[in-house]
Amino acid sequence: MTTVEFEPWDDPQEKPLIHFQNVTKKFGEFTAIDNLTIDIYEREFYALLGPSGCGKTTLMRMLAGFETPTTGKILLAGQDIAPVPPNKRATNMMFQSYALFPHLSIWENIAFGLKREGMAKPDINNRVDEMLRLTRLEQFARRKPHQISGGQRQRVALARSLAKAPKLLLLDEPLGALDKKLRQETQFELMDIQEKTGTTFVIVTHDQEEAMTVASRVAVMDHGKIIQVATPDRIYETPNSVYVADFIGDVNIIEGTTSAAGEDSYSIDWADGLAPLKATSSVSFSDGQKCHLAIRPEKVAISTDKPEGAANTVQGRVLDIAYLGNISTYHVELPSGEVIKAQAANTRRISRRSYTWEDTVWLSWTATAGVLLAS
Amino acid sequence: MNKTSWFNVVSLTLGFAFLYIPMIILIIFSFNESKLVTVWAGFSTKWYGELLHNEAFLNAAWVTIKVAVFSSTIATVLGTMAAYVLVRGGRFMGRTLFSGMIYAPLVMPEVITGLSLLLLFIGIGLDRGVLTIVLAHSTFSMCYVSVVVSSRLVTFDRSLEEAALDLGCSAAQAFRLVTLPIIAPAVISGWLLAFTLSLDDLVIASFTTGPSATTLPIRIFSAVRLGVSPEINALSTIMIAIVTFGVITASLITKHQMVRQKREEQEAVRS
Repeated sequence: MTTVEFEPWDDPQEKPLIHFQNVTKKFGEFTAIDNLTIDIYEREFYALLGPSGCGKTTLMRMLAGFETPTTGKILLAGQDIAPVPPNKRATNMMFQSYALFPHLSIWENIAFGLKREGMAKPDINNRVDEMLRLTRLEQFARRKPHQISGGQRQRVALARSLAKAPKLLLLDEPLGALDKKLRQETQFELMDIQEKTGTTFVIVTHDQEEAMTVASRVAVMDHGKIIQVATPDRIYETPNSVYVADFIGDVNIIEGTTSAAGEDSYSIDWADGLAPLKATSSVSFSDGQKCHLAIRPEKVAISTDKPEGAANTVQGRVLDIAYLGNISTYHVELPSGEVIKAQAANTRRISRRSYTWEDTVWLSWTATAGVLLAS
Repeated sequence: MNKTSWFNVVSLTLGFAFLYIPMIILIIFSFNESKLVTVWAGFSTKWYGELLHNEAFLNAAWVTIKVAVFSSTIATVLGTMAAYVLVRGGRFMGRTLFSGMIYAPLVMPEVITGLSLLLLFIGIGLDRGVLTIVLAHSTFSMCYVSVVVSSRLVTFDRSLEEAALDLGCSAAQAFRLVTLPIIAPAVISGWLLAFTLSLDDLVIASFTTGPSATTLPIRIFSAVRLGVSPEINALSTIMIAIVTFGVITASLITKHQMVRQKREEQEAVRS
């Protein structure tokens, strides 16, 4: 069986469902969105990820119609939606606070949007029942929002926003109020529902794990700009800047200067008295250019003896160990004073580990392990 | 609680005596057989019977209720609208000035409010009567409604209205279907407040009334100037009973609702 890869963004024939064209949004002097251009495709699960105040919520509120761009255009299926008020848009939003109507039952909450559409009564009944089944809320239909738990409220909010079968569903920090275990379960539920309904989802989150789990593509934002848009694995493996590398997951950043060492291969001077590091990069660097080498801790191996044949080896002293059960992160101080994090799976009993605090260890990684970044 | 000290008992007794002795005396003497208010001559309910045949008091009561119902309804509509705009209207020119001005009548001496309204009605040639009292009462009780409603609106989650818009409501529908039902308790208590204010207002009513419209407080006040009659005691007792009943009912409803909500929330957490 062959699976068709879902990558509409790589297909030049594909028309985006949403197109932001040089959109800027200012609140007085403050620029929330700064000349931003993005495409979101049909059936995508698109995550806007960034620290608070980076403009991700403003971006979503512009899609819902609660804010209008100061300059630039937003096209939904080719149509400029700037003059369309929120109640006439084919988008629905799931609010961070869920915004369930406290005076209406769960059933009435879900039926609310359908009634405004003027849908016939039997159709409303069918649609609401379908939504209740989808979100496994059948037995709570007659309850009021304050009579159910947080996780159930979250599902009601989702059912209500999906009931009108929107072209685009906006989710504003949808899982922020749930505890970790429930959040992880719900992430998979969300993905499942997104697949079943075929709706385009745009999710706003500050939780990078959540974005990585659910999204088909992740857009990392900072100060009203998009820094990088890519699939979760590419965002993680090949970040385009130190900001993205640092924002997503854990990373070691080593500063140095490059000099060419063969095709796509560079050696990096980084510390006095230590051998230059070897790294490959498809992006070209000139001799003597300042660079940052970003290496994920899990790609750095740790050992008591000097490993044979490794492209990069450094010696250091174990400063700290963060024990997480399945894995441990070792903070290793080099003679130059730099600290490099290495991660290793705890495949053996911890009492049988051959190195501990203050021990001298060797760190090693391959030439392709890191990413060479200019800024 | 530890054992009650003498000091607490004494201060509690004194405080409540201070508050309630005048009213208790009034209630007791409303059942007095004698026509002389200060001389007890045995128990009787005859003054209550007399009251039912006193045309002047009955008319005044009817006028008062009409005025109170109409003025509190007008005040509730206007006050709610004002509160909504001031809390939700965003920033517009003179917003601070307006929100200050809406509270000014709260501290304005009633004599001045009454006098200025009287001058206005004379100025525009409006005959004084039920209509002018209704207008005057709506004017001064509107700001009370506005204070009550806006304090509720401030804590109202804005995203509920946005959710309504998002699900296809026009702004007017969002207000009618979502905002109003949720702030309804505040609107109702605003109405009750305006109703009571109108019911017992004497000063503004006497400025703006005409010969055709005498409210109960005006009637009682003018009757008392000729001497207190047991009939007035009876009438006042009835009013105390009505107000007490209203206050107790309102607080019971609120308490019941709170208890029920708390219980339901606990059940939700457990399930």
